[in-house]
Amino acid sequence: MATKQFIFVLLYIVCAPFIGGFLDGVDRKVSARMQGRKGPSVFQPFYDVIKLFQKEPLVVKRSQTFLVMTYLLFMVITGGLFFAGMDLLLCFFSLTTCAMFLVLAASFTHSPYASVGCQRELVQMMAYEPMVLLTAVGFYVATGTFYVKDIIGMDMSAIVYLPGVFIGFLFILTIKMRKSPFDLSTAHHAHQEIVRGVTQEMVGSNLALIHLAEWYETVFLLGVVAMFFVNSNPVSYVAALIVVLLAYFLEILIDNVSARVNWKVLLVSTWVVTLVAGGVNLTILVLMHR
Amino acid sequence: MANVSRSPWLLHYDGSSCNGCDIEVLACLTPVYDAERFGVVNTGNPMHADILLITGGINSQNASVVEQIYNQMPNPKVVCAVGTCACTGGVFKECYNIKGGADTVIPVDIYVPGCAARPQSIIDGIVQAVALFQKKHEEMKSEKK
Repeated sequence: MATKQFIFVLLYIVCAPFIGGFLDGVDRKVSARMQGRKGPSVFQPFYDVIKLFQKEPLVVKRSQTFLVMTYLLFMVITGGLFFAGMDLLLCFFSLTTCAMFLVLAASFTHSPYASVGCQRELVQMMAYEPMVLLTAVGFYVATGTFYVKDIIGMDMSAIVYLPGVFIGFLFILTIKMRKSPFDLSTAHHAHQEIVRGVTQEMVGSNLALIHLAEWYETVFLLGVVAMFFVNSNPVSYVAALIVVLLAYFLEILIDNVSARVNWKVLLVSTWVVTLVAGGVNLTILVLMHR
Repeated sequence: MANVSRSPWLLHYDGSSCNGCDIEVLACLTPVYDAERFGVVNTGNPMHADILLITGGINSQNASVVEQIYNQMPNPKVVCAVGTCACTGGVFKECYNIKGGADTVIPVDIYVPGCAARPQSIIDGIVQAVALFQKKHEEMKSEKK
């Protein structure tokens, strides 16, 4: 079992940047096609990162590089814990730690744009964290364990017990993946009212590391989406893959058809969805278990 | 040697102009021309940019702004002056507040003439700027060695 876990973690560390980068490229291609453009190559994100590593390292404060590296490291740890089949709560706490290091790295230079980006990032965290915790609690109530390897080893997929939690998780996925209408702190698109937000002052290799961390994060988050569907039956893995791809396409579609909202709408809508979809789902589950 | 020419990120700054070239630069990103198929991204952040596109002339107020933007861009970087005003000062050249083209404050590498410069010629200018970007990158690497 231990070797199997080790192989999974190794596969994640090696393959996740390639899968995440490729998905990012597909995102840009599909977005361009939705807008009636030809769009860049699907390997464009890799070209971007290679170029960023070649740029002159311009940093206002050197310790920013350390904070960015810690952000990347914790992101790798988050996914590593998840794909090793460890405690789901630990994964989510590690994910929150990542987000804190990103905020620290961004707020370090006191750039006005980055500072506004940081404040918005904190508001985003405040919005999505309750749903992240409810997801972990939901898995526990449905399956009786926090361990990923036990959750995916059940006879029945967790989605059967957790349809509301799944909807809530898809909702916060839009925030985590920085998709419009919730790309408040920094956007993948060219222009925003706060220019680049949290990544404003990150130059060259630092920005490249942020991109790498985002690719790791994408794979981890899609892994959580897959966890709703995977059970002891091997066929469920195929179903999970299809659902993951559909969820990713849904995020691209939402990104292209919606305009950015302000932080109040973000906070209220996310908490309402968390309460209604996640809360009601959990309440029913708890009542049924009595 | 890494191929950096596949990912040129642009920064667009509009000096004192009639905004004609400004609109033409943005037209390059529309579905008709779609500069993004070459990997071009219009970033808006000098610290992420590789190529600085300047439209319009330089006046006494924006000279320091242009200089600062140029200094914030990490090397290797290329400057491309788009439109007659950015090249020479254009019709505004004799005005009391106009210093002239972009090359009066920062070194300009590529000149794209036209009033207003057409998207085709702007894209041609960008393609030349991208080639120069790759060349400058290679020079920078060999200097380090």
